[in-house]
Amino acid sequence: MAIVSKGFTGKRRGNDARTPPGQYLTEDFPVLSVGPTPRVRTEQWQFSIVSEMGETQRWNWNEMLALPAEKPTVDIHCVTKWSKLDTQWRGVSLDTLLAGVATTATHVMAHSHDGYTTNLPLDELRHGKAWLAYEYGGKPLHPEHGGPARLLVPNLYFWKSAKWVEKLTLLHRDEPGFWERNGYHDYGDPWQEQRYQGD
Amino acid sequence: MNWLVATLVASYAETSTAKTLVFDVEGWPGHKPGQHVDVRLTAEDGYSAQRSYSIATPVAGNTVALTIQTVDDGEVSPYLTGVLEVGEQVELRGPVGGWFVWETTNPAPVLLIAGGSGIVPLMSMIRARVDSGRRTPFRLVYSVRSPDELLYGDELRDLPEGIDAALRYTRKAPQQYKERVGRLAPTDLVSESWSADRAPACFVCGPTGFVEAAADMLVADGHLPFRIKTERFGPSGS
Repeated sequence: MAIVSKGFTGKRRGNDARTPPGQYLTEDFPVLSVGPTPRVRTEQWQFSIVSEMGETQRWNWNEMLALPAEKPTVDIHCVTKWSKLDTQWRGVSLDTLLAGVATTATHVMAHSHDGYTTNLPLDELRHGKAWLAYEYGGKPLHPEHGGPARLLVPNLYFWKSAKWVEKLTLLHRDEPGFWERNGYHDYGDPWQEQRYQGD
Repeated sequence: MNWLVATLVASYAETSTAKTLVFDVEGWPGHKPGQHVDVRLTAEDGYSAQRSYSIATPVAGNTVALTIQTVDDGEVSPYLTGVLEVGEQVELRGPVGGWFVWETTNPAPVLLIAGGSGIVPLMSMIRARVDSGRRTPFRLVYSVRSPDELLYGDELRDLPEGIDAALRYTRKAPQQYKERVGRLAPTDLVSESWSADRAPACFVCGPTGFVEAAADMLVADGHLPFRIKTERFGPSGS
C-alpha cells in the first residue's frame, strides 16, 4: 500500500499511452556515462559481431555506411526516469548486420570503446527493433551521446543502448554487463519497470 | 529492491534553495559513500512520481540524509524541500549504483571534483574518510557559482589534515577570495602533488557541461580514463 503524500498532486508531465510507469517527459537530452567521453575517430572505427562459434564479421566506417540505412523515429526511456518522445535517428538495422551471422545464440553482450558492457536478449535486437545508430536529429551523432555510433534499442531502458559500441558477442546464456553487475536489471523493460535486480 | 518507509526526522536549510532532509528508514540495508536512492511520492488518486537523490552522509544505522536542491519547475523536489514536514513519510529505495563509490579500504589518493550540487555524493565520501580515521589523501576542487550557493561551507573550512578543499567561484566570490573568478581551468585541477603519476581515484560530479570539461582536463593531464568516474545530472543541450 503506497504512502499518500499529503498535498502532493504532481505535475503529470507524461503521456499515459506512451510514457512507461515512473517516467516523466523531457525535451532535453540528458547525458549519462560512467567516465570521460571517448573521442573515437571514424577512420579508426570498427564494429564487429562475434558468434558463439568465434566467427567474426567486421565492418569499418565506410563499409557500415554502405549498408542500407533506416530512419527510425522512436521514444526512449532512461532508468533515471526521463523519457523523450519521437527522437529521430539514422542507422543500420541490426537485422541487416546479423543477416550473415549463423547463430543459435539467445543473448548478446555489447562492448563499448571505453570498456562498458551491457547484456541483451538477442530477440530484442531483431525483428526491426534495434539499430546501430550514427545520426541523431539529422546530424552526426555527438560524442557525448555515443558518437560516432551507438546501439539504439528503444524497447529497453537506455543503458542497454550502449554508446561508442564496437563489438557484439553472441552467447548461449545471459551474463550481466557493467550496470547489471552494479545492481541494474538484466532485462530492463521500461513497461515492466525492470530497473534494478529483483524488480 | 523493495520500497521502504522513510520518516523525515530532521530537516535544515543548507542555502536559500537547498535543504538537507534526514530520514529514518526502517530496514535500511546500508550504503557506500557515493550511492543514491530513489524517492517516490504518491498523490491521493494513486498518481506517483519518483526521482533519484544522492546520499550526503556515510552509513549510520537507519539514517539516510539527502541534500536536495529545489528545482523551480520540478515535480518532486519542491514538495520535499517545501511541503514535507518532520514526522511525515515518503517511500524510498536503495542504495542504487555500485560504481560511483569510494571504498574506505582503498588506499589510493582521492581527487574529487564537484560542480554545484554535484558536491553531495562527494561530501559523503569526505565524511566517510573523516569518520574512518584513515589517512587516505583527499583533495576536493569544488566549483560553485556564488557564496550563496555554497553547500557545507563551514564543514569544508574545518577539515582534518590530509583533506584539502579548494573552492572555485564562477560568477561571484566573497571579498577575501584571492583566486580568479570563472569557470574551472586546467590549472585548478593540475598540480604537482596531484599529477597522474600518483594515480588518484578521480570522482567528478556535476552538471553535464561541467563534468565533460573536467573529465577532459583530467584525461589531457594523463589520468587514465578508467580511473575517472563520472556522474552527471541536469539537462544538457546537444
